[in-house]
Amino acid sequence: MLDHSAALRPKAGPSDDERVIKLAVLAVGGQGGGVLADWITDVAERNGYIAQSTSVAGVAQRTGATIYYIEMARDTGRLPVFALSPSQGDVDILIAAELMEAGRAIIRGFVTPERTTLIASSHRIAAVSEKIEPGDGRASSEKVHATAEAAAKRFIAFDMEKIAAENGTMISASLLGALAGSDTLPFTRESYEQAIGAGGRGVKPSLAAFGAAYDRARGIATAPVGEKAATKPAAFETKSTANVSGPETLLKGWQELAARVAALPEPVRDMAERGLKKVVDFQDIAYGGEYLDRMDRAVALDNAEHGYALSIAAAKHLANAMCYDDMIRVADLKTRSTRDKRVRKEVGAKEGSVLQVTEYFHPRIEEFCGTLPAGLGSYIESRPKLAAFLDRRINRGRHIRTDGFSGFAMLWFIGGLRRWRRRLLRHRIEVEHLERWYELALAHARENYALGVEILNCRRLIKGYSDTHARAQSKFDRVLSALAMLEGREDAADWIRRLREAALKDEKGDMLDGALKTVATFGDSPA
Amino acid sequence: MAERSFAKEVEKLRLGAGEEFAGEGILAITKALLQCGVGYVGGYQGAPISHLMDVLADAQDILGELGVHFEASASEATATAMLAASVHYPIRGAATFKSTVGTNVASDALANLASGGVTGGALIIVGEDYGEGSSIMQERSHAFAMKSQVWLLDPRPNLPSIVKAVEDGFELSEASNTPVMLQVRIRCCHVHGRFIAKDNKRPPMSVADALAAPRRDTGRIVLPPASFLHEKEKVAKRWPAAVDFIRERKINEIFGSDHGSVGIVMQGGMYNSIIRALQRLGLADTYGDTDVSLYVLNAVYPLVDDEFLAFCEGKQAVLVVEEGQPNYIEQAFAAMLHKAGRGTKLVGKEHLPMAGEYTGQVMLDGIGSFLHAYAPHLLPGEVRAPNKLGEGVDTADLVNVVPGRPPGFCVGCPERPIFAATKLVEQELGKHHIASDIGCHLFSIMPPFELGATTMGYGLGPASASAFNSPEAKRRSISFVGDGGFWHNGLTSSIGNAVFNKNDGVIVIVDNFYSAATGGQDILSSRANNKTKSTKHPIDEAVKGMGVKWLRHIDRTYDVGKMQATLREALTTEEKGPKVIVASSECMLNRQRRERPGIDKAIKAGERVVKPKFGVDEDICTGDHACMRLSGCPSLSVKTLDDPLRDDPVASIDQNCVGCGNCGEVADAAVLCPSFYRADVVHNPGRWDRFLESARRAAIGLLQRRRESRRLMFADA
Repeated sequence: MLDHSAALRPKAGPSDDERVIKLAVLAVGGQGGGVLADWITDVAERNGYIAQSTSVAGVAQRTGATIYYIEMARDTGRLPVFALSPSQGDVDILIAAELMEAGRAIIRGFVTPERTTLIASSHRIAAVSEKIEPGDGRASSEKVHATAEAAAKRFIAFDMEKIAAENGTMISASLLGALAGSDTLPFTRESYEQAIGAGGRGVKPSLAAFGAAYDRARGIATAPVGEKAATKPAAFETKSTANVSGPETLLKGWQELAARVAALPEPVRDMAERGLKKVVDFQDIAYGGEYLDRMDRAVALDNAEHGYALSIAAAKHLANAMCYDDMIRVADLKTRSTRDKRVRKEVGAKEGSVLQVTEYFHPRIEEFCGTLPAGLGSYIESRPKLAAFLDRRINRGRHIRTDGFSGFAMLWFIGGLRRWRRRLLRHRIEVEHLERWYELALAHARENYALGVEILNCRRLIKGYSDTHARAQSKFDRVLSALAMLEGREDAADWIRRLREAALKDEKGDMLDGALKTVATFGDSPA
Repeated sequence: MAERSFAKEVEKLRLGAGEEFAGEGILAITKALLQCGVGYVGGYQGAPISHLMDVLADAQDILGELGVHFEASASEATATAMLAASVHYPIRGAATFKSTVGTNVASDALANLASGGVTGGALIIVGEDYGEGSSIMQERSHAFAMKSQVWLLDPRPNLPSIVKAVEDGFELSEASNTPVMLQVRIRCCHVHGRFIAKDNKRPPMSVADALAAPRRDTGRIVLPPASFLHEKEKVAKRWPAAVDFIRERKINEIFGSDHGSVGIVMQGGMYNSIIRALQRLGLADTYGDTDVSLYVLNAVYPLVDDEFLAFCEGKQAVLVVEEGQPNYIEQAFAAMLHKAGRGTKLVGKEHLPMAGEYTGQVMLDGIGSFLHAYAPHLLPGEVRAPNKLGEGVDTADLVNVVPGRPPGFCVGCPERPIFAATKLVEQELGKHHIASDIGCHLFSIMPPFELGATTMGYGLGPASASAFNSPEAKRRSISFVGDGGFWHNGLTSSIGNAVFNKNDGVIVIVDNFYSAATGGQDILSSRANNKTKSTKHPIDEAVKGMGVKWLRHIDRTYDVGKMQATLREALTTEEKGPKVIVASSECMLNRQRRERPGIDKAIKAGERVVKPKFGVDEDICTGDHACMRLSGCPSLSVKTLDDPLRDDPVASIDQNCVGCGNCGEVADAAVLCPSFYRADVVHNPGRWDRFLESARRAAIGLLQRRRESRRLMFADA
């Protein structure tokens, strides 16, 4: 009955003529993956191949990860049996329309070192989960690059989105160019271009992006060159006086300040100069002097042995702390001529078109009082009924047209309050806070250098406006509240860093609270 | 207007005998219907079958020429009930919808249709939304076929096979007086392929002919005693007729050697992946030629006992490849072998996963494991004892790096501000029980909104909150329903129910002018002019008609402040009974598709056009991303500044921004930060525009120069 002798016909290893080529496209919904799949199918058919493409459309179209899958084989007169979805370890060409999608393809096993050519655009489209972290939640591109190098037979990656944008078209065109340029399919460049031409819409920009990506891929395919041509920061000396203009007296003041920066230890200079520019731009030359006075206190404690980490951290965070975000700063920044130019460039407004700019403000009593002389401001704030009464009049959204004269003039006026800023309530509050924090950091630095640096770095937590700012303040306070519990521990700096990182993970600081609980247990068992 | 237009492709439906058709699976199905002389077609959209409805809608001229009636049904139940036209009249009819959610909705009508049986062929084309990319619960249509005893076809996933299945389906339906379900899987609907066409046929009897000469037969009506007879008829007459048809017409196919010791039985839809697995095992060639015996069930219900037993003849072991669970087919075959006293070993889920999609790897592993166990001699040496080439790279690290990318709201989606407002209201009044519904608005369950606790079915959002109605409750429930779900059944199951039961909850009806999630088809409340359908029926009127007293209409959802205030009022008002908010703004995807070509043309033609776009002042943005936690717009993202003083990336708005206004409104309503600005570019400004501009420029420039001449300016600051 049982026939064990059934002979096996040699089916394995079909000749090259009958081989099925398998190509998968991983894209983010809305990137035009469907167009790309249609083009590839068309190219295959133009070259005497039978091709089949499939996709999972529907809900996945809406910004989610999407797969298009194409199989093709030379037309021998018989219909091949094609699969409808890619299999692990069985993909010849994988096109990822975004870098993390390349990572996803590798995780899913669609990229194998023996056979897969991985063509990926190196640009990033941040996922929602990456964007909503209060800190920097973005995934590491380096890790994907490194794994891709090892996982693929060939890895061709460059910014195809940029090429597409430069040529005024969608990424599908540059992806097709990269595919053609990679020379993994036995088709001529002309047949790709014919497929684009047959599409009929936006042919010219598509061909341009195709061509640019084609050349780029060819270049990589023949002589692999590193993607990152790191641009080195220009030498320090050339910067300190260049690009600064203004009245003679102010320039003289600036040169004196610049000279003080030049006298700082070399590793500190770059950050200190940037910080100095920021604070002078925020207020005035004298404010720059205050900044450098504060800097000197850190430098006095510092030495080359530590790489001047304390001073560099101070240079950065002092500048940020001194340039707090008040109404004056916002109004000042929004009324500059340079801002005009930047907006025009950002929205791509061409010469001859008129631009109307609307700003969204929502002042509250806190912002109002902060912009009053310190005495008056705190008088109001200490009277809740009066404050609430005023708040009802102030607290609402205001849409201000800064292309119109009255809107602009109002902001211009507020920006002009700068010269009285030192007398205003907000300034007093900020200075007190800054001094407390800075003194705390320096005091700790004397005992525990690293801890001092980490306390300085905690300034990173303070950002945002209104409620967000209040929440940030609270996180800052909560992190530093651990100092008492960490007293005398060698790893105190490490813990402050960990707490800070936890605080940047979520909005309310739930992770931070968890980490603080851990720290609280230290008291029971001293290290 | 549907998201995708098939206006060009439907011309292929006119192809005549002998011509080659090339295109997508769904288009091939439509062509097959016309070749079969179908008299009427209808259905309800939903992936993966949405495009079939779009094709039919775009093909109305061609349908009209042939005298075929097309119905965009209100629901799957409506679509199935429509097939009643085939009960007494010899007219072929077809309905299509997504399965299994649509089949659930349709099951009442399906049971009645199946009980009385049909005279004309009745075909239900179900788009099986199973496996990767699916948006619904994972169940099988097979169970519906079994319980109502309608026949289920599952053809091999290539165009000639699908087209043949449509033809076979009608004939099978007529031969057995039973409706037939034809299941097409998700990728098969979108597969691009070819087949040789036949001429289209006019229906021998049209619905107009039927109306002119009405017929009735009490024996076909589901009412005792006829209904008891129907049950007997199903097993005594219809079932054997179906089995005979399937056997005689060789609906099921046998491939490969007929004398092997092992065989594989499969659902037709699994054929291609099984051949791929055999190819990879070195047991099949590019064209599917193989020595392994294959029994392909293009008809998966009913099964043909003697055909199966003949296939098993002489075989030591047979593998059943049946995707999904429970494994009805495997159980049925096991019973057949057992009852026939056969020694053939039947295996299935021992070698394949009990649940989940049978992907390429699953198939390779499963078939490999089966052959290892029962026919190792078939396997080439390298498969039996593979020399490992190395495990590839370690991706464990990468798994933690690559972020998930679930679908979300599109750029400029009008539903985003509704959920931003809901989140803001919750920050004020605390967490509420929120019931979600099916539709784009269900993306609110994802970050950054993370709202919604359940989703119970299309149009059932408010119904699923109906238990949360207690006189002691201090907090009201909030429920959402889309306009699609509202018209599908929500008006009665959710709104009517809430009125009747004096539900005190808050109901938000998300009105985006289309059945948007399924591809932007028109519905009753659509604002579009539709040539063949009646639109512009306001949801408000329907809600009022149902007896709702507390009703608010928001005609611009982007007004986050107003949305927030309305929600707050609904949650806190003293008034009893359901509080209904209709939040209307057009689906941005559709709006852009509609408006963009016109705007581009107007700009080219030199007309004055104002185009809005949002931007962020990067030196004012502090990088706290509070705005993104209330948005999730793909266009609003993060970017690194070239400034060592700044640690965290700032907000940035890319070129895809459509200027919907959400960013500014949210920043305002949530009191976030003043870094957002809206820039309206006036293309081709008129004289007045230019005059005003130059006057303003002059005045503003004066102020700017005055200040800037008295301060230090840093070129790179």
